[in-house]
Parts: sequence; structure tokens; C-alpha cells
Amino acid sequence: MRNRQYRVILAKLGLDGHDRGIKVVARILRDAGMEVIYLGLRQTTGSIVAAAEEEDADAIGLSMHNAGHLTLGPKMTDALQEAGLDIPLVIGGIVPDEDVEELINSGVAAVLGPGASAEEVVSTVSAAISARDQA
Amino acid sequence: MGTEESSNLNPKETWQLKFEKAKLRDIPFETMSGVPVEPVYGEDLFPGQYPYTRGIYPSMYRSRLWTMRMFAGFGTAEDTNMRFKELLRNGGTGLSTAFDMPTLMGRDSDSEWSLGEVGRAGVAIDTLSDMEDLFADIDLSKVSTSMTINGPAATLLAMYVAIAEKNSVSPDQLAGTIQNDILKEYQAQKEYIYPPRPSMRIVTDMVKYTTAEMPKWHPISISGYHIREAGSTAAQELAFTLANGFAYVEAAIAAGQNVDEFGRRLSFFFNSHSDFFEEIGKFRAARRIWARWMKERYGATDERAMFCRFHTQTAGVSLTAQQPEINIARVGIQALAAALGGTQSLHTDSFDEALALPSEEAARIALRTQQIVAHETGVTNVADPLGGAPYVEWMTDEMERQAEAIFAHLEDIGNGSILEGTFAGIENGYFVGEIADAAYRFEREVNAGRRIIVGVNDFTEGDNPEDRNLLRIGAETEEYQLKRLQDVKSKRNQSQVDAALMVVTEVASDATRNLMPAIIDAVKTYATEEEIAGAMETVFGTYVERAIV
Repeated sequence: MRNRQYRVILAKLGLDGHDRGIKVVARILRDAGMEVIYLGLRQTTGSIVAAAEEEDADAIGLSMHNAGHLTLGPKMTDALQEAGLDIPLVIGGIVPDEDVEELINSGVAAVLGPGASAEEVVSTVSAAISARDQA
Repeated sequence: MGTEESSNLNPKETWQLKFEKAKLRDIPFETMSGVPVEPVYGEDLFPGQYPYTRGIYPSMYRSRLWTMRMFAGFGTAEDTNMRFKELLRNGGTGLSTAFDMPTLMGRDSDSEWSLGEVGRAGVAIDTLSDMEDLFADIDLSKVSTSMTINGPAATLLAMYVAIAEKNSVSPDQLAGTIQNDILKEYQAQKEYIYPPRPSMRIVTDMVKYTTAEMPKWHPISISGYHIREAGSTAAQELAFTLANGFAYVEAAIAAGQNVDEFGRRLSFFFNSHSDFFEEIGKFRAARRIWARWMKERYGATDERAMFCRFHTQTAGVSLTAQQPEINIARVGIQALAAALGGTQSLHTDSFDEALALPSEEAARIALRTQQIVAHETGVTNVADPLGGAPYVEWMTDEMERQAEAIFAHLEDIGNGSILEGTFAGIENGYFVGEIADAAYRFEREVNAGRRIIVGVNDFTEGDNPEDRNLLRIGAETEEYQLKRLQDVKSKRNQSQVDAALMVVTEVASDATRNLMPAIIDAVKTYATEEEIAGAMETVFGTYVERAIV
């Protein structure tokens, strides 16, 4: 059991406007007792880094539905690294299984594919945060 | 044309007269076993009769099947041009254009926002030069073109008019549709640029321009598809879409447009989801509500202005990433609902769309699925074959009842105006809130196992992630397009571009002038889509949605 409330930043990076999934995820995490800060649509790596610093976030969740994850995922992890932020990044959305390894290798903590259950969403985010805490 | 029927005839006789004038397809209208069937059953109301609950045409699919309009595209303008020409050689006459995300958002390919998105989900258009390539060697006076774009729709329409003019085709010869349904962008799809009111002014300018210059053009396709995909219920999809339609009608009437002239060029676009009878009830209710409101509230007298003509697409959001091949069955059932609901055209989704953009094989299977519905099931022999069934009629009434309750709410928050109610609902988060609530409710039910999604929360054996052939798109298109854009920019006359953009800004700041001519002049100087968007942004500002969950 964790002994503090996790703060999670959720955002849509880039032009992709599909926000059904991320809004559902926001409510799932909130129902699980986490504090969710949803930045909304059309965020940049810069705006997400700034919010993560400002909010002292424990994790960042991005949702991607436009097949841009292999470009934008690594761009986000690079931006976090450049800012010196050790915050786990979880990517959700339409990500084919065969792309998961490449994303993990680029520093993404976990990937949630289509059809992930509420329990998987919560446990994946929690696990990513505890892994970071223990590192 | 009016809706008055000869008074001494009963509904069936009136229908019969119209039906006899219709040209029918040359096939036997009988069952597989050779039993001849009537074109329609029932006594009270017939297809082609106000309020058109049973269909807008007296003979429906006996005369013409729905158009099998498959929407797809990626790559460069030249790639798409080759596909268009192939389609035309095979006897097609309708071209459907999918644009990539940057184009849909008014961004150029070299914008920092566009990285990784260029040419990915559609064709990339930056300047008139791309549009010239897209329609090269195609006689624009002979085809009908559908352009699925909203925020920067005016610029894309201007480009289409400009390339036609270069080929000595005048605007009045151009036939086609541009989606241009900006209201649903704020509610669901989120591909907006400017705030709602200036956006509405652009839409109204386009309506005025097309009414005056392009009589064969459909200036708005009012779309519920995206509202449903974003998570709404069937009744919300129905109500929000028709309310958006009412808002455009109110705006056009306020701008001095004739409701009959403008109304008959509107069309709709709905989703077909998996709850079979709910969908059929929704389609039937849509026709009835639209006809009643157009006639009774907005004073339309031309029955074509009362027709709710619609395109349907099966529900992308219903497709599962698990055991994706079973999506073929889902799409088949949804396509059947659309046919029984009397759609005018249909796109069937590919089974692999929960994983990636459709592969060629999956797109072929999707087209074959609707061909089976059209040619093998016999449902096209009889118009509105479910009409009169107690459950179907009840469901139709129920959809209408729920929609009317939503219209009443919008009128209430808009002080009697649906247009104002729609603006208010966008500003106060009503639409996005209702949609997010419905999406979450559905998700909770699936999670709790109260709703079964086959392959996801039950019947999960048999998923084989190894043998999937997904479409992958490389980075070559992006590199090529960036080079092209650089080329065009280096060759154009910059002072002409600057002057034309200044005029766009000037016209934007004067609501009494129409933006279309200024935008047409600007695209002719090879000003980019983003530059033109920027010239209007100076006056209109941009829209940023409040992030609420």
C-alpha cells in the first residue's frame, strides 16, 4: 500500500484531438484516489515539462491515437531527461504491440494498449511510480 | 415542389403514383426462394411522404442502392492523384479526400506541430501547388468531390475553386461536399482553429458564397459521427447533430439566406453502432425530426429542404484490438442497421482500425461486407422493412422524445434560439461534459462486467497478436513534403503573398464583407494554409478548450 496520494499529469501531446480515452483514464485514476491534473489538448513537450515541475508530478500519462507515438514518445522522454526530471511516462492509446519495445527502450515506463481495464490502468501507473521511488 | 398530396387520394395511392414514376434497378424484386415482394408494406405512412420517417424516396433502394463511399488516404498529393485516376478509370465519379492532421488543423508541414503527422492519416496540403497535384489531369466539371475538413475549410474550398479556374472550369460547374461542420469540432472532434462565433461567420460566408456561385456544392455536412465516437449516447448523437443543423439554419436565415435554397443543400453524417434497434430508431427519428423542424419552425416549403439525407459510417470505437478479425461481424451488423435505417451512403470500417490505419486487405473486406448487405440479404427490396413493428416504432418515438428534451434545454439556455443555445453549451462545457459522462458510464459498465464486449471482457480465448499485418507508414512522405513546400515558398512572389494576406486580415475585421473572394485571391499567390489561417487569427484569435474531465 502506498502512503501518499500520487499526482498524475495527463495530456494530449501534439495535434491529435481524440480525447475520449484520456478523459476516461482521468476519472479512473481519480476514482482510485490519485490526484489528476489534466492539461488538455494541444500540449507541447515544453508545456508538459513545465507542468510536471510546477505540480511536482509523480507520473505523466500521454494518450496517442494518431500513429505518432514513435515520434512523440521519444521526444517526450528526451524533454524530461533534458529537464533533469525523473518522472515515469506512461503512454496509452492505439499503440501496436510490436512498437512497445521500442518505446520502452526510449525510456517510456509503460504502455497501455486499447482495451486495457480500469484495474490495469491503475496498477500500471502505480507500478511505474513505485519502480521510480525504489530506484 | 411542395408536400401537398392530392387530397382525394389515400396515402398509399399517393405513394403509388410517385413510385410508378421512379426508375427501378433491373433485378428481380423477390426473395432468394423466388417469392415476389412488395416495394413497401403498411397502410398509414409511406416512404417519400412527410415527415419521411420511412425514407426520403418513394422507391428507396429499388431505384438506387446507397453509395458505397469508402473514405481513406495517406501520402502525398501525387499518390492520392494516382488513386483518384484509378478510381475514375474504373467508373467511379466521386472522389473523397482525407487530409492529414496538420492540414486539418491549419498547420503547414514545416510547423513544429506537424512533426510525425505529415501525410500520415491523409494527404498533406500546404499550398495551391499541392492541390494542383492532387487533382492533376482530372476534369473537375465531371466529378463530384468530397472534402472532409472543418477548421480551415474555407481555404481548401478556395484552393479547389482556384485550380478549377486555372483549368477553365467555373465555380458553378463544381459539384461536391465539404464537411465544414465547425460546431461539432468544439463538442467532439476538437479540430477547431478560431473561437465559435468567428468560425460561424466563416461558415456563413461559405454558405453565401456557394449559394451564389456554386449551386452544385453542398456547403455543410452536419456530422454526428464524431460526437458518438467521443462517447455520446445514440440520442445525444441525434440531438446534438440536429441541433447543430438548426443552428446553421438559424445563422443562414439571419444572414438573409432563403431556407429552401440553403436547406436542400445540407446533408448529414451519422454513426452506426452495435445496438441494432436503437440505431434504426435513431435514423428514422432523424428524418422525422428534421422534416418537422424545417417545415414547422423554419418555414421550409421545398420538400428537398426537409429531407434528412445522410451518410453513415460504422462505429470505429466499437472495434476491438483483441481478436480484431471478429470486428468483421460487428461491422456487418452495423452496416445492416444503416441499410435498414435508410442511409444514402455508407462507409464500413476495416477490422484492424483499433490497431492501425486500415490495411488494403482489411479495407477490401470492409467494402465486401456492405456489398453482401446490399446484394445478398434482400433487405434492399423493401423500403423501411421494419416500419410498423411495435418495438421499432416505440424506439423511433423514444429517440425523438429524448432529442426533443435536449432541444428544449438548448432553447432554454439560448433564450429561445438554438444557435445561441449551442454557443452557450459550447462555452459552458455542456456538450463535452455530457459526452464525457456518457463515455465514462459505458466504460464503468464494461469494467464491472455488466456489459460484455466479446474478446475484451469475456470470450477472450483465441487472440493471436503474432499474425497481424498492420499498415506502417514511413517518414519519406514527410521529408518529400517539406522539400516541396520549401520549393514553392522560394519560387513565389513574396510581396504578392504579403499583400493578399493583408487583405484577408482586413476582410476578417469587417463582418459585412465575405471572406471567400479574399481567401481565393490569397491561395492563388501560393500563400500557405497556415499563413492564411494566421491572417485570420490576427482578428479572430484562437480557441483553447477548458480542460475539464
